[in-house]
Amino acid sequence: MEIARHWRLQRHRYSLVGEMCNRCGEKIFPARDVCPQCNAPAKTPFTFSGKGEVYSYSTVHHPPEGFEHFAPYVVALVRLVEGPLVAAQLTDVEGEKIEIGMPVEMVTRKLRDDGSKGTIVYGYKFRPVIVSRTPLGAKDAAL
Amino acid sequence: MRDVSIIGIGQTPVGEHWEKSLKELAADAISSAIKDAQVERVDSLYVGNMCSGTLNGQEHLGALISDWVGLRGVEAVKIEAACGSGAAALRLGYIAVAGELADFVVVAGVEKMTDRPGEQVTAALAMASDGDFEAQNGLSFVALNALLMRRYMHEYGVRHGDFAPFAINAHKNAVSNPCALFPHAVTAEDFRTAKMIADPVNLLDSSPVCDGAAAVVLCPTALARSFNARPVRIRASSSATDSIALHDRRDLLGLEAAGLSATKAYSQAKVTPRDIDLFELHDAFTIMSVLSLEACGFAERGRGVRLGAEGDIALGGRIPITTMGGLKARGHPVGATGIYQVIEVALQLREQAGANQVRDARLGMAQNIGGSGATVVTTILEAVE
Repeated sequence: MEIARHWRLQRHRYSLVGEMCNRCGEKIFPARDVCPQCNAPAKTPFTFSGKGEVYSYSTVHHPPEGFEHFAPYVVALVRLVEGPLVAAQLTDVEGEKIEIGMPVEMVTRKLRDDGSKGTIVYGYKFRPVIVSRTPLGAKDAAL
Repeated sequence: MRDVSIIGIGQTPVGEHWEKSLKELAADAISSAIKDAQVERVDSLYVGNMCSGTLNGQEHLGALISDWVGLRGVEAVKIEAACGSGAAALRLGYIAVAGELADFVVVAGVEKMTDRPGEQVTAALAMASDGDFEAQNGLSFVALNALLMRRYMHEYGVRHGDFAPFAINAHKNAVSNPCALFPHAVTAEDFRTAKMIADPVNLLDSSPVCDGAAAVVLCPTALARSFNARPVRIRASSSATDSIALHDRRDLLGLEAAGLSATKAYSQAKVTPRDIDLFELHDAFTIMSVLSLEACGFAERGRGVRLGAEGDIALGGRIPITTMGGLKARGHPVGATGIYQVIEVALQLREQAGANQVRDARLGMAQNIGGSGATVVTTILEAVE
């Protein structure tokens, strides 16, 4: 259940809001209120773009309780373009198609549910960046 | 500060002990350690344990176990630092004796994991990581190690098969350990075909879920000889921490707390890695062995994995590791592991390691790691002349 806990984490999970350090400019995710680089207080909210690339990844075949019906699923460390690493699931992609360095972007998905009477927890996952392969252009228009 | 020695050791076989409860397992180990030490009096008891609340529905282990084992009245408390709980408890026992607050201290580690189904154990172990930002996103503890292993393979151009010697060495050494969970050899082919847990980590990269308890008795070195003919002196004891979450690490593959903890221990003992005759490291996963060897100064960055192929980690090698099977093959009852490691170093230094005896072993190191490197406790032990 832990409704209050999930409520407290809303901004982090839904909008990828972290913090920035006003002294050295470090971008921080998850929020930790103190800059990990220069130890200055860092409480200014900063919203990340959600863009990044895969730094490392794995496919979980033996999930913890609460994640059984998602298995197998892919988890990763994603290097956000603003700097920090974030631990998250990858989605909309098969494990064997992933490689380190692959561009990904944040999406909001269901993380878990706690049964028919429990909460449904939503949060960030990352998917391969969708690139339109057939932009509207002269060639297409000519057809 | 007083010099501290281990005068008694006791361990249960690691296994699936359905017939025994948590407190009964702990009592078996504690009773045999007290018997080995032949002490009449115990001043305090420290119990290392990680999961008793979640897996056994039981906390307050200090009072529970001290009473059950016949020590009602003594100071007793549970110490928790994830998989590093055992050595964290040992360190507090060391502080109590060194700081002249107690003379005879029992330190036990105990874990009872097999009463619960696998996914509940997996969830309990994931509590060693960052709850809000790792576990709640579905990252199991194995997955965190898989992220480390994949990145290591990527950065240093290493293949998964290069890690095989670590599992093979551990299983080979477990064959003659009567307390080992898996006293059988494995081959490179077994390693190659083992079931995948969280790729690239497979079953033979991973230490098993199991039950076990181990205990030691500490006292001032000045008194040690009158109790035990072969006391083992604690030359150094140190602990260090890193960020609990992998994503917050300054250096993902650096295992900084292991380096910090080992450096402090070397300094306290006035030794270098070259002086260490054997190293009971925290091989919860093969990648952890490699990162520990590098962080503790036994190999350069990116070259730790080669110590396997080159035979350096074998019993007769440059730095023998997991000499009684390690976490991989002796087993990893998480909160008890740190005490098993120290007992195995003590057996080597007392020349009681049987077929696995490291020749002329005088100085041994044990390193117990909590989480994916967030708490690291290093202990250097020496045979008392």
